[in-house]
Amino acid sequence: MTGWEGFAFSFLNARVAAEYWPKILEGLGVTIALAALIIVSGLALGLLLAVVRTLGIRPLNWAIIFVVDLFRALPPLVLIVLIYFGLPAAGIGFSGFAATWLALTLVLMAFAEEIFWGSICAVPKGQWEAGRALGLHFLPTMRLIVLPQAIRIAIPPLTNRTIAITKGTALGSVVAVSEILGAAQSAMAFSGNPTPLMLGAVAYLVLFFPVVVLGRWIETRFAWRR
Amino acid sequence: MNEFVQAFLNPEIAAAALPILWMGFQQTLLLSLLVVPLGLGAGFGFALLSTRRERWLRWPLVVVIDIFRAIPPLVLLILLYAGLPFAGLDLGAWGAVALAFMLNTGAYYAEILRAGIEAVPAGQREAGRALGLKRWQIWVFIVLPQAVRNVLPDLIGNTLEVVKLTSIASVVALPELLFQARQAQSITFNATPIVVAAVAYFLLLWPCVRLLSRLENRQLAARR
Repeated sequence: MTGWEGFAFSFLNARVAAEYWPKILEGLGVTIALAALIIVSGLALGLLLAVVRTLGIRPLNWAIIFVVDLFRALPPLVLIVLIYFGLPAAGIGFSGFAATWLALTLVLMAFAEEIFWGSICAVPKGQWEAGRALGLHFLPTMRLIVLPQAIRIAIPPLTNRTIAITKGTALGSVVAVSEILGAAQSAMAFSGNPTPLMLGAVAYLVLFFPVVVLGRWIETRFAWRR
Repeated sequence: MNEFVQAFLNPEIAAAALPILWMGFQQTLLLSLLVVPLGLGAGFGFALLSTRRERWLRWPLVVVIDIFRAIPPLVLLILLYAGLPFAGLDLGAWGAVALAFMLNTGAYYAEILRAGIEAVPAGQREAGRALGLKRWQIWVFIVLPQAVRNVLPDLIGNTLEVVKLTSIASVVALPELLFQARQAQSITFNATPIVVAAVAYFLLLWPCVRLLSRLENRQLAARR
């Protein structure tokens, strides 16, 4: 075997690829489902916390700031391991999927809260006063006047942060979630050949490359006019 | 309640695990001191190249940067650690981690620095040329200091993410903090070591998070 043939046998092995690509495809489905769940729950919770924070109840705000700081400071993998290996000791068992979902939801919640809060603060005070002058209460002013402007400001940083956190679904492989990386690793163990790992990397590229390019486009499209 | 304390905040187990957790903590610091400069260096290199005029150079570079931003760092790490030995190249845990971090975090640093460099007005460079400065002098004394200042919160934020990311090195058995905590947990069947490790990460990174929060708020306030 020449060097190239050896390389192709290891990394671009058609027989191994044909045998294992359905597994990788299943993994892709799991990754997409997990990512969708994380995005929905993380963004919703983050927005909720940011809105509650604008009420300006002191002790509540300190609690929110602490929770946000906590989940911004802890590595996601530490959270996943803590939930998956730690909580069963307290009688609460989580599947790997649920543990990954919960951990990354908390992380996205924290980052989203910071971004939403910053964006709400960036909406000029006059907008709130205009709402009051129209006879609107807190929630209608928030929903109809402030949030539409705040969300526009929030979109570029939020898109990039959401992409970065969604990529963390690969960490689920550590707690036996058979998402792309997990499926690729077990296929590699079965076949004794790293081709499934290459397939997995390609699957991630297919999934995330367009999203990264989209994020780049959104960043310029929604850029704050200076 | 007592059971909870036994399982999560067991003082005896915490005391017993402390020496190896401390070793892990030192490795985490050492690893961070290795990978942050590596990523920054690669980022500076990419950023300087991607601000050049030549299209044939800029576009492939953007694609490469986006590829490394699209692949999850753990996937890159496993690929280098478990895949490369099949090609006869065994980097070992430290080598694989260093290379994976250089490529992944380098791509992120490059994006941030590129934005910072592009935000420096062209007049600054022209002023440098008018003063008779050489090309490298213009970069070192005029462009880069302003570029770094422009994106300082993002640079600090990314560095925070890099330090947090060092925890994935535990997957390739590099004995950093999370790895040691999991070892201690699997020996004692008790979650206390992981809780102690989480507290250590929090104490290490909380000041950074606070600083970042203040910088970001100040940036938003300046925009108003």
